[in-house]
Amino acid sequence: MFLIDCPFCGEREQSEFKAGGEAHIIRPKQPTELSDDEWAEYLFMRKNIKGIQFERWNHIHGCRKWFNVVRDTSNDKIKAVYKIDEKPPTN
Amino acid sequence: MTKNLRVKTGKVIDETYRISFKFNGKTYHGFQGDTLASALLANDVHLVARSFKYHRPRGIMTAGSEEPNAIVQLHKNSSRTEPNVRATEVEIYEGLEASSQNCWPNVNFDIGGINNFLSPLLPAGFYYKTFMWPASFWEKYEYFIRKSAGLGKSPTKPDPDIYEHKYIHCDVLVIGSGIAGIMAAKTAAKSGLQTLMVDEKSNLGGSTIYQNSENFKINNQNSGSWLEKEINEIKKLENLEIKTRTSVAAYHGYNFLLARENITDHLPIEQRKNKTRHKLLKIRAKKVICATGSIERPLVFDNNDRPGILLSSAIKRYADLFGVACGEKNILLTNNDSAYETAISLFQKGIKIEAIIDNREEVDSKLVYEVEKNNIKIYKGFTVVNTSGYKKINKVSIMRLSKDGQKVVGSKINLSCDCLGISGGWTPAVHLFTQSGGKLKFREEDQVFIPNTYPSDQISVGSCSGDLSLKDILINVPKTLKEFLNIKKTEYENIEVLSSENGSKRNIWLIPSDKVLGKTKSFVDYQNDATAKDIKLALREGFRSIEHVKRYTTTGMGTDQGKLGNMHALGIISETAGTKMGEHGTTTFRPPYTPLTFGTIVGRNVGEYFDIFRKTPIHEWHVKNNAEFENVGQWKRAWYYLRNNEDMYQAVQRESKAARDSAGILDASTLGKIDIQGTDASEFLNRVYTNAWSKLAIGKCRYGLMLNEDGMVYDDGVTTRLGENHYIMTTTTGGAANVLSKLEDYLQTEWPELDVYLTSVTDHFATISVCGPNSKKIVSTVIDDLDFSDENFPHMSFKNAKIGKINCRVMRISFTGELSYEINVQANYAKSVWEKCMEAGKDFNITPYGTETMHLLRAEKGFIIVGQDTDGTMTPVDLQMDWIVSKKKYDFIGKRSLYRSDTIREDRKQLVGLLTDNPEDVLEEGSQIVADVKKFPVEMLGHVTSSYFSPNLKKSIALAVVRGGKNMMGKKLMIPMENKSINVTISDPVFLDKENKKLNA
Repeated sequence: MFLIDCPFCGEREQSEFKAGGEAHIIRPKQPTELSDDEWAEYLFMRKNIKGIQFERWNHIHGCRKWFNVVRDTSNDKIKAVYKIDEKPPTN
Repeated sequence: MTKNLRVKTGKVIDETYRISFKFNGKTYHGFQGDTLASALLANDVHLVARSFKYHRPRGIMTAGSEEPNAIVQLHKNSSRTEPNVRATEVEIYEGLEASSQNCWPNVNFDIGGINNFLSPLLPAGFYYKTFMWPASFWEKYEYFIRKSAGLGKSPTKPDPDIYEHKYIHCDVLVIGSGIAGIMAAKTAAKSGLQTLMVDEKSNLGGSTIYQNSENFKINNQNSGSWLEKEINEIKKLENLEIKTRTSVAAYHGYNFLLARENITDHLPIEQRKNKTRHKLLKIRAKKVICATGSIERPLVFDNNDRPGILLSSAIKRYADLFGVACGEKNILLTNNDSAYETAISLFQKGIKIEAIIDNREEVDSKLVYEVEKNNIKIYKGFTVVNTSGYKKINKVSIMRLSKDGQKVVGSKINLSCDCLGISGGWTPAVHLFTQSGGKLKFREEDQVFIPNTYPSDQISVGSCSGDLSLKDILINVPKTLKEFLNIKKTEYENIEVLSSENGSKRNIWLIPSDKVLGKTKSFVDYQNDATAKDIKLALREGFRSIEHVKRYTTTGMGTDQGKLGNMHALGIISETAGTKMGEHGTTTFRPPYTPLTFGTIVGRNVGEYFDIFRKTPIHEWHVKNNAEFENVGQWKRAWYYLRNNEDMYQAVQRESKAARDSAGILDASTLGKIDIQGTDASEFLNRVYTNAWSKLAIGKCRYGLMLNEDGMVYDDGVTTRLGENHYIMTTTTGGAANVLSKLEDYLQTEWPELDVYLTSVTDHFATISVCGPNSKKIVSTVIDDLDFSDENFPHMSFKNAKIGKINCRVMRISFTGELSYEINVQANYAKSVWEKCMEAGKDFNITPYGTETMHLLRAEKGFIIVGQDTDGTMTPVDLQMDWIVSKKKYDFIGKRSLYRSDTIREDRKQLVGLLTDNPEDVLEEGSQIVADVKKFPVEMLGHVTSSYFSPNLKKSIALAVVRGGKNMMGKKLMIPMENKSINVTISDPVFLDKENKKLNA
């Protein structure tokens, strides 16, 4: 069980959070103009990489805020935590 | 059998305190401080168990948690009895009762022993090979296999003991209290860190504490006495907490560890009252120091499993710590120096050693010279090829090893003995390190795996890190600690160490025999009876991966998880396959390190505390009125109310009829309620529901369907506009939390520009629903200041009102198809309002009804239940609810998915009604629907989702999903059941009041 440094509440146990999948997938502004394939790309396709992954977490048993986490999926090390409206760290 | 093998006062034994206990029904005596194993050995009891597969007689083999053989059943009592307990870890107390497992009628005469003679017929993978054919016979085989499988008996009555969970946060956790652990704990605590040290044994000091010889000295004192002083010092340190009898079970990421603290198992039963038995410690440590020590390796040779064969280090431990001789004529077999330490310890106590058989040819070692000086015969370059003695070893046969160690040569010499100590060198206990994600490396010189890369802030010290001599430990531990704790100095600078052993070792994984391998029984895994022969067979049959060989042969799959034999299995695989040792890696070490009791795992979460349950404020009334309850999410909902001698069916029929004939009342407080406010609230609802919300007038209610982005129905409910920028949304009972979370997700991440605030008010309001033709009369009596006329208060509208001084929100909405009012009041007034309704409804036979009747009534009306009639694959179109999907709105969640090539297929499963040809036949929910039972394979068209006997329509009705059902109105289909086939006709899903006359009445 890892520790997550919620950008609003500080370090808390993983059990207080809910994982929300890959981050930075933006809902298309005009879905009606997309082909089936383009819509399927948004709807279904997610990365599942071994290594650095950008993902969303929700502090569901805390402040209820959604935020982003950079996690190394090979060892669960969290490299960075940032708010939903912030840009991902570049290094 | 009544021999006394107590030789000298052991270090932890209190000889003034005699304890009697029973083993296999016979009474024995031991002393305070004994383990069950040491007390049995003192009474010359070696045979304590039968092996799992061949039922071979087995004895105590070790003195710790690595024990593979001596697993026993504790207590007779049907609530406390406990199987699979290691006799080496049980501390005896007055009245202890233990017995052997896996034998019948008893351990001395075991019928299952016949398996030993059938063993040529029981090779590795026996079960997979034998019971596969013919497939239809499996059920017959299974009965016998189940009967003979398993170890021990589980309790049949509830556990009377108390268990607890406790969270611990510390700066440094030290696992193990051997010499390295003590040094680490002292250094950490003295540098001001909050430190916790745990050890699975009842005493501190590991194996050094009883090291009492001139050959091992620290600062000119015997190493044991030096360590004792250290222990006395650390006990005074304020920021060091020490927990004994505490075994770390699991080491997870981020330095999160689980440990089991054993508090009362060593006490007589009567002293355990009202005390917690085990505590599960959930430890979060900033830094972890593993000082878990090492486990001595056995040696693999023919018949290496007889009672009386022990690890050499265990013999030393029993002698030094408990004052017990494991035998009177001891022989030691070794490939390294540590057996000589045992020998020295034994002859110091006057215990006779017949001979030492050393695999090595010549060794320049002080320990060997000292043993030779005492006239003990050493057979150098020899090995044991066989042993005899059925229930206890009485003879070993030895032969000379060839130069390359691949063969035995010369003639056989037989030596008689009653105990054989074996030492194959040491295996660092890296189990916890690897559990945490640590990676190992293989050290060629002495063939051990040692920690290489650390995944978290942790370090291994002492023999678990590969420092196997006293000297290495005293030099390396301080160095490692300084770097790890970032300190300049420890107390252990310039320490003087004398460590006399020679580190040489002649490692032979499988000791050669004069017989062919097929005729030998050289055990690698004692507990699961896996032999070297089995492993070679697995390789011959094509298994290469160590993980596969493990599962095929069951090596390392016992309750001891192969703590002794796994290295040999790896070694034999490497030798046979001709690969290098490090290449195969090891099998995965999984938690728990030692088994945990279920009690420890669940702690206090038993009985009514097993899971949280939520009660409505009217719950007590339901209880008083004979309600049966149904679990919905975490809620307890009234299911139906039993009257007189009714059964469930009769109660539901009565309730359903009453609700339509006159009046029914339902506690709907569990529905999720979300308060939505903000200037963009209407726009927000437009985006999350399929229908349009902007034009909903204040004071009006509207039903909404919520989809997932994939177009599938997710939730439904009625939302009411309370003000210009204020709505209250209701959700399904089970979906409330997820809906809120989903809405928050969109609001925070996709549409942060919207001015909308969401608050869960599910628990703040209670909801009382009164329905039926007389509901208006009843509700208007309770709420007397409100105009209930259809003009003022039509269907799908809302009013604020007062009941006395109690504010309430009244909605005229219906889930039953009847005229219906829902009264929402502050939760703490709910029961009194409910009772007022009951009082007002007396003359109208107001009937409380539960969720079952609610389901029946809505099915008559063809209303869906999300989660019962839908399963995450139904679109609104599939549900024939096209009317609720706005064509005008530019976008809403899931809209685009409603015209994907898959969702517009005509032959999707669609919701329909089903009527049985015989109106008395009630279908089973979940049954399959077919068109033709004669054509194979029978094509499944769909299934029944809801089914009831409707007392109002006096016939059976059902809802179902059927492939292409929308265009099959009137079509005849079949439901095949076990003994018959039921004929059905597809109908409209709305069975009652299609014109909504009742709602607007």
